[in-house]
Amino acid sequence: MVSEQTLLQWVDDAVAAISSATDLDELKNARLAHTGDKSPIAQASRSLGSAPAEERARLGKLIGDARASVTAALDERREILEAQRDERVLLEEVVDVTLPSSRTHQGALHPITILKNEICDFFIAQGYGVADGPELEAEWLNFDALNMHADHPARTMQDTFFVEPLEARLVLRTHTSPVQIRTMLENQPPIYVICPGRTFRADELDATHTPVFAQVEGLVIDRGITMANLKGTLDLFAREMFGDEAITRLRPSFFPFTEPSAEVDVFFNGRWIEWGGCGMVNPKVLAACGIDSSIYSGFAFGMGLERTLIVRHGITDMRDIVEGDIRFSRTFGLGL
Amino acid sequence: MRIPLSWIREFAAIPNSLTPEEIGEAIVKVGFEVEDIEHQGSEISGPLVIGRVLKIEEITEFKKPIRWVELDCAEPTTRFVICGASNFSIGDLVVVALPGAVLPGGFAISQRETYGKVSNGMICSSRELGLNEDHSGILVLPTQSTSPGADALELLEIQDVVFDVAVNPDRGYALSVRGMAREVAASLGVAFADPVHSINLDGFVSTGKGVVPKIGDPKGVSVIYVRTLGNFDPKAHTPLWMRRRIEKCGMRSISLAVDVTNYVMLELGQPLHAFDRSQIEGSLHIRRAGKTKNFTTLDGQERTLSGEDLLVADDARALALAGTMGGANSEVNESTTSLAIEAARFDPICIAKNARRHKLSTEASRRFERGVDPSLAEYASARAAALLIAHGGATHVDSQHDGEPKYSPIVDLDPHFIASLTGADISLAQVREKLTLVGCDVEEISESLWRIDPPSWRSDLLAPADLVEEVARMVGYDAIPSLLPPHPVSPGLTNFQRRLRILAQLLADKGLVEVQNYPFVSGSIMKEMGYLGDRAKAFRIVNPMSEDAPLLRTHLIPGLVETAARNISRGARDFGLFEIGTIFRNTSSLSSIDNPPTDARPSQKILDQIYAGVPDQPIHVGGVLIGNAHSDDWRGKGRAYDWNDAIEFAESILQACNLTWTIARSDFAPWHPGRCAELLVDGKIISHAGELHPRVVAFFGLPARSCAFVVNLSAIPDHDVLRAPSVGTMPVAVQDIALIVDEKVTSAEIVEALKSGAGELLESVTLFDRYDKLGEGKISLAYTLTFRAPDRTLTGAEISQVREAAVEAARIKFGAIIRSA
Repeated sequence: MVSEQTLLQWVDDAVAAISSATDLDELKNARLAHTGDKSPIAQASRSLGSAPAEERARLGKLIGDARASVTAALDERREILEAQRDERVLLEEVVDVTLPSSRTHQGALHPITILKNEICDFFIAQGYGVADGPELEAEWLNFDALNMHADHPARTMQDTFFVEPLEARLVLRTHTSPVQIRTMLENQPPIYVICPGRTFRADELDATHTPVFAQVEGLVIDRGITMANLKGTLDLFAREMFGDEAITRLRPSFFPFTEPSAEVDVFFNGRWIEWGGCGMVNPKVLAACGIDSSIYSGFAFGMGLERTLIVRHGITDMRDIVEGDIRFSRTFGLGL
Repeated sequence: MRIPLSWIREFAAIPNSLTPEEIGEAIVKVGFEVEDIEHQGSEISGPLVIGRVLKIEEITEFKKPIRWVELDCAEPTTRFVICGASNFSIGDLVVVALPGAVLPGGFAISQRETYGKVSNGMICSSRELGLNEDHSGILVLPTQSTSPGADALELLEIQDVVFDVAVNPDRGYALSVRGMAREVAASLGVAFADPVHSINLDGFVSTGKGVVPKIGDPKGVSVIYVRTLGNFDPKAHTPLWMRRRIEKCGMRSISLAVDVTNYVMLELGQPLHAFDRSQIEGSLHIRRAGKTKNFTTLDGQERTLSGEDLLVADDARALALAGTMGGANSEVNESTTSLAIEAARFDPICIAKNARRHKLSTEASRRFERGVDPSLAEYASARAAALLIAHGGATHVDSQHDGEPKYSPIVDLDPHFIASLTGADISLAQVREKLTLVGCDVEEISESLWRIDPPSWRSDLLAPADLVEEVARMVGYDAIPSLLPPHPVSPGLTNFQRRLRILAQLLADKGLVEVQNYPFVSGSIMKEMGYLGDRAKAFRIVNPMSEDAPLLRTHLIPGLVETAARNISRGARDFGLFEIGTIFRNTSSLSSIDNPPTDARPSQKILDQIYAGVPDQPIHVGGVLIGNAHSDDWRGKGRAYDWNDAIEFAESILQACNLTWTIARSDFAPWHPGRCAELLVDGKIISHAGELHPRVVAFFGLPARSCAFVVNLSAIPDHDVLRAPSVGTMPVAVQDIALIVDEKVTSAEIVEALKSGAGELLESVTLFDRYDKLGEGKISLAYTLTFRAPDRTLTGAEISQVREAAVEAARIKFGAIIRSA
């Protein structure tokens, strides 16, 4: 028969062996040695049957307690050793996470598209719609209706692309203003709209000019619209484009389709930059579109998107915007 | 226009305390662009004096001829200087820089020994004095113009400020010192003296002894004055002050008669012409060229006339291209003693056309095109005659005119309109003050009706809005507050605009870089592409940027491959590009109507005709795929883009638009005829995708097997509101089958057959293997079929039944047989 003393000694021995196991193999050996069939505790369990009946319950409990202690010690040690093993093994699987990950190419939107989206979002938030129109446009919509009579200098072939046959009276639009005209012809005020799009003028491509460029024009026709409203809109637009510090300045100017007319300058990076043109819609233009200028007034403005990009991003050569070099566009990515 | 400050000051009382920059700002404030402020002679300091040449000793022993010159500079003793020029003789007046003087470029003059002599100063050329670019010799002044010892800095007005001002086309009057001085004075709030008020017309009377002008074309000219002068001294010199002013304005001094006409034009804005009166036969007619075919202008160019050209002619021949340039035949020359000074108010459009037809933009035509003050013909011609009498010894012979000046009509103005259109707090008193300031006569009929009579020089003030601008610019645009307009409800982007935006993002997300190509294309590239049908019908630009690319693109691929080639030439290897843009096809018959008037909205019928005359211009998206889709890298070899990728891009666009489509093979140019797919939506082809034709690839120097896709976005239908599916939760049954079919049978056809055979229980079909090494023209296609019922678990029997039905359909339609393992 085992004594309680002996049982406790066995537990101490087992726990000692378990604690001193330095890896899972040693722990397994300790487990087999101290809890296996031939272990003292297993022998004690087996001998329980031959114990006197009055001793059996007490002994059974002692053996159970001893086993539980050893099992607890085993579990505890195993957890530690397994954690140590995992730590070691996973560390051996270390990789160089700085290795290049992407196998696919970096795509990008054209910076003009990014800017156009930004401008559309801004004006939609101000309550405007966005109008589109054809790039190959009727001469009447591009010029006549905008108070640019047949002998207007801008209508010469030096500035405007005409297509054959001339009798078709089609031009590559020189501004997006014909979209304003189409909007006014087909809608009654109030009109709040911007017209972004491609425009064409017969300038040679160089560092500052391109025969194909993008504009955004804005048009508001409503009751009681004033030049102050134009100024307020341009101030807000300039801050959206150039940051909260941007301020604008209007200078008197001349356009056939606005009266009064103004150039818009924006103060950016310490100097005044010519940004675009604007003015109050000429009553002659309203008349051509069937809008009663005794009830309605309005303003219009137009900016070059390339010019805005050049100023804002410090682009030094127009050709970079035009030529489609992937290195240029990738700089702007998705514009986020 | 270049205008010297000294001349402006003659008419505008500008305080001396203002800097040129402040004056420049005042010019900008009222609506002009100051392109440059030139500080002439600012780096020159004296002493600079006038000297008379007393003696010249030629020194010949050096490489170039040198002169040892004795000068009288009104000093106690004469002065000797060395000079390398030889365009002067004894008795001439020259400008001498004395030791201590500094000329442009920090060139300090000192007494120095040179060529074996002591030179005690320098005789100056015009360029050395900063007057102009003339350095052909030294500056010789007219003998009577001054005397030795005079201060040349003062005499030649060497130090001055010249403003270079850009004038908008509506402000022709400002192309003159008179006009600009008025603007400067108004902007600064200082007094202005109109030079016209000091022109004396007394004595310029009609005698019937001179040249008589006759207006033969009242549309081309409203009024003309001709003043005939006699006894003119053709050797008379232009006074120095006049010459200097002309030079500062950027023109050259030519002869007294020509200089006077230019001087008066610069001063008042009225172009004038001086004819040699002896060359005029009969009267001076203003008429169209009509049958007159040829004419030689005084620049020596023989010009072929249009019948519409407006001419000044005598009874026999053309004498001038009206308002543009005089003729060689009646030009004033060294023996002219009798002059006819002509001043007219020509029609701006006539002169613009004259100038444009002959590509001859002159100082005169630029002013006439912008409108000249009609009252000036009388005054400017008198001013010119008076100057010729004073400085050329001429006498008045006769003054004649025809026609009358036509002035702008009176404008009715509700003065409150100024404040209501500007939104600025501008009082009626200010309105009156500012309108008067710009030269309008203001008659107050009632509180809300003023009659405004614009000044003679403002032919642009025709409507109340024009007057608003005048008041606003004189008050200053910075007085207008900044207020936002009402804030309406935005309709947001249209469906189409939203689609374009999302598709661009989609393609960029998939690794393509967006480009925006010019829509210009060459005929040879169109041919190289192999375009037929609609895509061969390109619009031709009448006046293209380059004769190499006179056509408008009918397809996006040419621009894309050109840009791809440009990127390759700059070292790019593996990349994809896309463009969303307009294409142009000359396929509709172009109706053309006369442009309707613009005083009111044209009728809807006319408008519809205008709209119909504009061809449809669909928006396409196109892309090119170059080199590898996955680049070679540390993991190993990459994967080349292939035809399949191009189709995937096209499909991803249709997928993003929630469309269903069918796909078929196509032999569309410029694709590889065996490797091009067409995608159809509702039976309409809206996309092509695949590998580019090897010929096109080679022509542009692209890597072999470059691919491309195009989708006609304008042809993509809008879909109805999407219906949500009921998502089945019953288990799926997956069955794999392999079919042997003829190699000509497409996978799409088999899939369609399987779908039709299997019916509604078939959830999806996926090709997981394609084997083309069977021989005998057969291939094996292996599919995974996924079945699901909405309401129950499918039994084994049911699954077998639908699988067999699917295979049976493929067998009936395409002879497909099950490939046994």
